Amino acid sequence: MDLSYSSEELAFQEEIRTFLQNDLPKDIAEKVRLDGDLTKDDMERWHAILNARGWLAQNWPKEFGGAEWSAVQRHIYDTEAADAHAPRIVPFGFSMLGPVLQKFGSKEQQDHWLPRMLDGTDWWCQGYSEPGAGSDLASLKTKAVRDGDHYIVNGQKTWTTLGQFANMIFCLVRTDSDAKQQEGISFLLIDMDTPGVEVRPIILLDGCHEVNEVWFTDVKVPVENLVGEENKGWTYAKYLLTHERTGLGGVGSSEAGLKAVKRIAKAANHNGKPLIENPHFAARVAQVEIDLRAMATTNLRIISKAAAGEAPGLEASMLKVKGSILRQEINDLARRAVGPYAMPFASEAVEGANDRIPDPLDAGPVAGQYFNNRKLSIFGGSNEIQRGIIAKVTMSGGA
Amino acid sequence: MDFNLTEERQMLQDTLRRYLREQYGTERRNEILASDTGFSSDIWAELAELGVLGALFTEDQGGFGGAGFDIAVVFEELGRAGVVEPVLDSALVGGRLLAAAGKADMVEQVIGGAIHLAVAHGEPDSRYDLDHVNTTATDNKLTGRKAVVMNAEAADHLIISAKDGDTIALYLVDKGAQGLDIQGYPLLAGGRAAEVTLDNTPGAPLDLTLTDFEAANRLAIIAQCAEALGAMETATALTKDYLMTRKQFGRPIGTFQALAHRMSDLLIEMEQARSAVINAAGYADDKDADLHLSASKNLIGRIGRLVAEEAIQMHGGIAMTQEYELAHIAKRIVMADHRFGDTDYHLERFIALSAA
Repeated sequence: MDLSYSSEELAFQEEIRTFLQNDLPKDIAEKVRLDGDLTKDDMERWHAILNARGWLAQNWPKEFGGAEWSAVQRHIYDTEAADAHAPRIVPFGFSMLGPVLQKFGSKEQQDHWLPRMLDGTDWWCQGYSEPGAGSDLASLKTKAVRDGDHYIVNGQKTWTTLGQFANMIFCLVRTDSDAKQQEGISFLLIDMDTPGVEVRPIILLDGCHEVNEVWFTDVKVPVENLVGEENKGWTYAKYLLTHERTGLGGVGSSEAGLKAVKRIAKAANHNGKPLIENPHFAARVAQVEIDLRAMATTNLRIISKAAAGEAPGLEASMLKVKGSILRQEINDLARRAVGPYAMPFASEAVEGANDRIPDPLDAGPVAGQYFNNRKLSIFGGSNEIQRGIIAKVTMSGGA
Repeated sequence: MDFNLTEERQMLQDTLRRYLREQYGTERRNEILASDTGFSSDIWAELAELGVLGALFTEDQGGFGGAGFDIAVVFEELGRAGVVEPVLDSALVGGRLLAAAGKADMVEQVIGGAIHLAVAHGEPDSRYDLDHVNTTATDNKLTGRKAVVMNAEAADHLIISAKDGDTIALYLVDKGAQGLDIQGYPLLAGGRAAEVTLDNTPGAPLDLTLTDFEAANRLAIIAQCAEALGAMETATALTKDYLMTRKQFGRPIGTFQALAHRMSDLLIEMEQARSAVINAAGYADDKDADLHLSASKNLIGRIGRLVAEEAIQMHGGIAMTQEYELAHIAKRIVMADHRFGDTDYHLERFIALSAA
């Protein structure tokens, strides 16, 4: 048992730190620090900087142009990136579709789509959830009917994150309505410029536009955009969801968030003293920090297992549940720390509207973030779904 | 012992509930939320006409209520409908301060809905402390900064605290007074507030002490607890309906025990919350009023957070959308904890008062 990084890992950490210090644009980092809305251009700029260094597709094998980092290396990057307020890498291409194409896609699909992800030609979004198919994803109804060289797609997807920036969407569609739910689903790549695709914004409760509805009306999709075999889409979707869930522990984000809470609570005044010296508030912060320290090690234990080649299954679910609860607790502390200044509504929706929002503690829109991050326990398989998986695996021997 | 409302209060509740159900639906509220002023003058006039504002004042003050339970009844209904009009700050706290200062004419205008008030007490680093005032008054000229002042832009008059020597005193400052600067902004849970700066701004001293201010603050705590309770009722009702109608895996999600038990827990806690509001209203004039009020505000803060978070979680994504009623209601509930002392503030105060 040894909790310290190896000398190679320490050298890697140093390399990442130096890179972030030198290459992460200051204006972008400041936006991330104060939870401002990043523009498409901000995100593309950061992707391009990472790509120039060969660090954009961190989990991909080298043969596909990836960095082929180990799980420990990815963890080191995540921690340092969160600490430096680097934007997260938009995951839909790199963490989700990429691995699916590498495992199940044809050579032509790999050669065509993977380089375009790296150089930013395509911006991908995910077409999974539907209004009637959330936790029960397999009940999805969006239909694709084969018609010669095309599929004709009709239906509606929802919660499509950053769909307003995307030109491509990977979708789960029903290709066989008679088969058992999971057996009639296919995995389709759809060009969003095709006639019949319509993106409608959903404004979230904190005023942010980050998710969308995507509607399909008689959308023609060439058959070569089918990934793998028809009606085998559920297998690929499950594979993708496992990838989506790893890293959802968000230890790096939690650590950065806790640091911010302490900074705010040091600046905030309570009865003539810094709030951080108040025993009740300090106790709340300490409790979260104690949990987070254990969680960081839980995270590393799971990462080590993954690095040794064991697929994270159950543990990914555990990390997601615990990680989301901790991050939400930290958001709650941040909104408490600012006191009455939690109430102003900082919205990027109206140009210039934020100029008058008072922020004497330099905290950013912490209450908005508190509400926005309620999503952490809902998306990517809600915490109830994750608990169901944990119970099923541990008490009946299989998911 | 009688836990029923008096006939008058029952009528007030019925009237207000019916009015808001008919006039303050999600669509109307979303229009108001998106408006520049952050509230509707029409709704304000109608609330005055219905006697809702008058119910916040005693007969001596020209109203027809004014007790803890009158205030609780009104604000529970306002909370239930997610009303963003500044009844709490403009009419209740502002109006009752003027009543205590003997400004009968102005109180009459408040009750009639003719004027708006704002109360500017908190400062950028005062947090929830009532006795932390750095704004100064010299020869009735005020200088300083007031933080997150509700309804400041719409107010015809502001009631502003300032230190004259070592004494905290309250002053009446008119809209447009010299050296008065109001920087307004919208609030996350609806309505508007402002940062108010005063630079040698003339104010008329009000015949009030910090004790009067504390009395008004007690009423504000009752109102805020009741408003949160009303909003929590709506959140639990929406969640219950959703659990019974939303189907996943071929059945209503409320039939899954994992969710059914959590809904049951919410309903249990809601009974606690209701009792806490009754305690706040019922002990408003007790010698231990502050202890009771802190207990209630702390409990409402804790249960409010639980209800808001669980309601969102059990709904799933739909509750995250701005258009859905619960989103607004959840924000009202959680933001109520940022007014007149939060959960931690009142826990500490409860400890201090219990030890005394």
